[in-house]
Formats: sequence, C-alpha cells, structure tokens
Amino acid sequence: MRILALVKRVPAPGARINITADEQHVDDKHLGHAVSPHEECATEAAVQLVEKHGGDVTVLTLGPPEAEEQLRYAASTGVNKIVLVPTDGTPYDPQRTAAALADAIGQMEAADGEFDLIIFGNESADSGGFQVGVRVAYALGRPMVNAIKGLEIEGAPEGHIIARREIDAGVEVYELPLPACVGVKEGINLPRYPTMKGRLASKKAELNSIETDSDAGSQKMVRLVSPPETVNETVILGTGPEAAGAVVDLLEELGVM
Amino acid sequence: MSILVIIEHDRGDVAPAMFEALTVARELEGDVEAVVIGEGAETAATQLGAYGAETVHHVTSDELGDYSPEAWGQAAVEAIKELDPEVVMTAGTDRGNELMAQIGARMDLPFVANCVELNDDASEMIRSQWGGALHEETTLDAEIKLVSVAPHAVEATTEEAAGDIEELEVEIDAGLNRTVIKDRVVMNEGITLSTAPVVISGGRAVGSAEGFAPLEELAGELGGKVGCSRAVTNNGWRPHSDQVGQTGTRIAPTIYIASGISGATQHWVGAMGSKNILAINTDPEANMVTKAGWAVIADLHVMIPAITEEVRKRKA
Repeated sequence: MRILALVKRVPAPGARINITADEQHVDDKHLGHAVSPHEECATEAAVQLVEKHGGDVTVLTLGPPEAEEQLRYAASTGVNKIVLVPTDGTPYDPQRTAAALADAIGQMEAADGEFDLIIFGNESADSGGFQVGVRVAYALGRPMVNAIKGLEIEGAPEGHIIARREIDAGVEVYELPLPACVGVKEGINLPRYPTMKGRLASKKAELNSIETDSDAGSQKMVRLVSPPETVNETVILGTGPEAAGAVVDLLEELGVM
Repeated sequence: MSILVIIEHDRGDVAPAMFEALTVARELEGDVEAVVIGEGAETAATQLGAYGAETVHHVTSDELGDYSPEAWGQAAVEAIKELDPEVVMTAGTDRGNELMAQIGARMDLPFVANCVELNDDASEMIRSQWGGALHEETTLDAEIKLVSVAPHAVEATTEEAAGDIEELEVEIDAGLNRTVIKDRVVMNEGITLSTAPVVISGGRAVGSAEGFAPLEELAGELGGKVGCSRAVTNNGWRPHSDQVGQTGTRIAPTIYIASGISGATQHWVGAMGSKNILAINTDPEANMVTKAGWAVIADLHVMIPAITEEVRKRKA
C-alpha cells in the first residue's frame, strides 16, 4: 500500500484568536503552530493502515518554509517520507490550493507510482474551505467521500475501502474502489505521540520539495474581522451547593424539568 | 437574477439548516428556485414552497438513488447547466458543503463555504473561519457563484410561495455511484447531542471516565445528554461522539450546563448556538463563566449531585 496524507500548518487551536494590524492574518506571534486536528488524524489513519497492511506513508503539506516543523513532527510518528510544496506568501484560495496539490501529487505519482489511498482532513481548522480534498480527488479522477470517522481496507491493494460517516441517527457506510480519496474527521483515532526514537529519526529525515505552478483564484479575502461580541452580563446564581435551588428554579423557568 | 438552492435531504428528510439557507436566499435580489435530487426527492419537494421557493426542480435519472456525493454532484451540475442561475446556494452541513465542492470541482468554479452574510448578488460576503470564532470578508468573482450558508447564521422563517414542482430529467454516468451509501447502521434512537433540549458537559476537571456518572444521572433526570470537551476525549474518558466543539458536535439546546470547562475557543464555537448557558466552575474568571448567561461558582463534584438531589425533590 502507498498512502498519502495531506496536512496543513495552522496556529495552535484553542487559544484566543487575535488579528494582525493589517487585518490579513491571525496574529500568531504568541501562538505555537500545529497540524490542523482532522489532519493529525489523517496521518495517524495512514500510519495505522500501513502497520496493518504493509507499505509506506508519505505526508505532504502546502505551506510556508516553516511548515517543515509540522512535517518533521509527522516523521516522528511513523511516517516514511515528507514533502513540502512551498508557497510564496501570495494568497492561496481553495481552488488554487487544490490545483497546486493535484499538480504536486501528479509529479510524485509520475516518478514513484500511484498512491492507493489519499487521506485529507475534512476541513482545515483555520480557513475551513470544506473543498480542497474533493477538488483534488476530482482532478485525479478518484472517488472521494468526506467527513469519515471509520476507515478500513479490504482486499488491498486492488480492493476497496469501507468508510464510515457519522450522522445524527447513526452511521452511513461507503465502499470505494481503490485507488481512492477520503476526508477524515477528528475522532477516527487518537493520534499517537512521538517516541524518543521517532524524534531522533525525524531530525535526519530527508525533506523533499516540489515546485508547482498555479494561478491566483477568484475568491479573494478582503480582511479578517472578529465576530460581533454580544455584551454579556453573567448572572451569578450563587457559590457552592446552596445554589442548587436557584439552578433548578432556572430549569423550571426554561421548561426543561 | 435566479438563485438556485440545492436541497440537502436524507431520503426526503430536509436538513433543518436548509430552511435557514432558503431564508438567506430570499434576502438576495432574485427569484428563489430549489433543486431536489435522489431517493425521497418527491417528499422533500413538497416542503419548500413554505420557505419561499417559487419553483422546485425535481431532478431525475435512472442512476440517481440514495446519497452519493459524485452522482448527486453531477446531477446538480446538469441542473445548473439547464437552468443557468447566477447564484447556487446550499446549507453548510457535511453533505451540503461536500455537494457544493463536487459542483465547484466539476464546473471549475470557486465555492465560498459557510457564509454568515451575503450582499444582493453574492459577490461580497462574510464567511466563517475557525468554526465561527473568526469572520472573513470576501469577494467572489465568478460567472456562477457557489456558496453555502453557515448553520445557525439566521433563524429560519417561512414565506409562502408557489413551490411548483417541475420535472427535469438528466443523464449521468452510472459509474459515479461508486460513492453511493452502501449501508446504514442506526445507532441513536431518540434524542442525540445535537437535538437534546438539555446538554450537560464536563471538562478536564471531571478527572476520570467514572467521574461522569453524576453528570449521566442529572442528564437522566432532565431527559438530556452528556457532552464533554476536547481534553476529555483526548484523555480517552469519553468517546469522540460526545465532544462539543469545532471538531466535535455543534449543539443548540434550550440550556447547556458546562461544568469544569474553561471555555477554549475550540469548545465555545460548538456551544455558542445554545439558547441558554449555565457555567459551573471554581474559577469566576474562566472564559465559560464570563460568556455564560448564568454561572455557579462551585466545584462540579459537589454541585452536580446537589442539583440532581434538588430536581428529584421537586419532582417527588
């Protein structure tokens, strides 16, 4: 099995999000960076499938030179090959991102053969375009299903994948012939932490770089803004268990008792 | 101008977020028409006139059945070619965004996901980033503008329109059903985290998987569901399906009781659709406390059982 996972470097999720003075970027001066959560699970899914079925895992990112940090992290968690598709600081809308990725994957496949499975994150934690994976899969002529939280391979490498999507009432099951693409969501697995041995190996891992040509897209960001904050006055119902009465009064008032 | 709304439905059940998208579509300058595809389309079609669809195009083909992102996506493309709209809109749900991405890929058109506001012709919009924690002002320059509406961006309202159903037969390649739903596993009978009127969540402060038992007890008394923060699922104390947040479930209960949760951005964007929020925390400065409508400054391990006891007393 040859499996490719695509990841994106984003400011570490969870912290308060501030905007730079020119309103073009998230102010990441005081933030660390991480792999977008769904994509951390994409890497883990790829590593687990190869542990089970044999083969190798490549992790690719399109991003600034600093994204080497995220690729080396991936290399410390059992990934065999890391590839950077460098950006030049100009904007990449989803269409342009997908075109560059499809170009890069095409170059890699022409050199080393087809990937049996390409795993994307469902959407990036920051810009959240919800489309890059679908566009790349279409450009490569492969089947693609997004929002996957369960993934198995049957009859590899010529076989198919069983992909599960959670919906409110249960699970939808898809069966895609290989070669295929999927977009996964956090929760499909619990990504492993790097081992000491992995960390040491990742420092020596060769960083491959692929140049691509792509035109600016027609979706243009004007600026980032903080959503209007509703002025909130918190009503403190009390401190300690004596407040239970006031809480249940509230529950009665809201009609949920 | 015509605005074509691609209806996201599951065997005839229209996604609630679709009615919000139809409400937004009516605000644009133009006639609102809907497109229904696949199994149960006839049932879905009858619900759309009430939300302002003048015409509902029922797209048929021998190859269309249960949901398949590729087959439905190509069917939508055929309908767009036939009907020639200026704007194509859907709801920013998993399926809605997936379908619109398929359309964008197949027609080589840009697609702007999760808009919260649009101008008259969808050439300028505000869209959501970081699950709604950040907004982006965007311009879109395209012959046909593809957009999805972020769930909960507006309240759905009705507006009676004709809702005339017109048949539109299209031809699509049978091979596209390689992505059709093969099987379904029904797991949740009854209420779920996203539909529960009461959600009671615990964060890292709960301390262990067993620590959630008192939350389960209170949820049982109130007919609610138990949720949790990302820290909890990362610790393996609860399954990921219980996670409230940007990478988990978006909830919208009548009341959300967040106990021992500091309120990181990632969690907040999943909880902010709640109609009322009660925070239980020992830290009066915690994000969750300052953002909640109500708060109790207390240790959840003492407070949750005290609430359960009071509920039982009043019920008796």
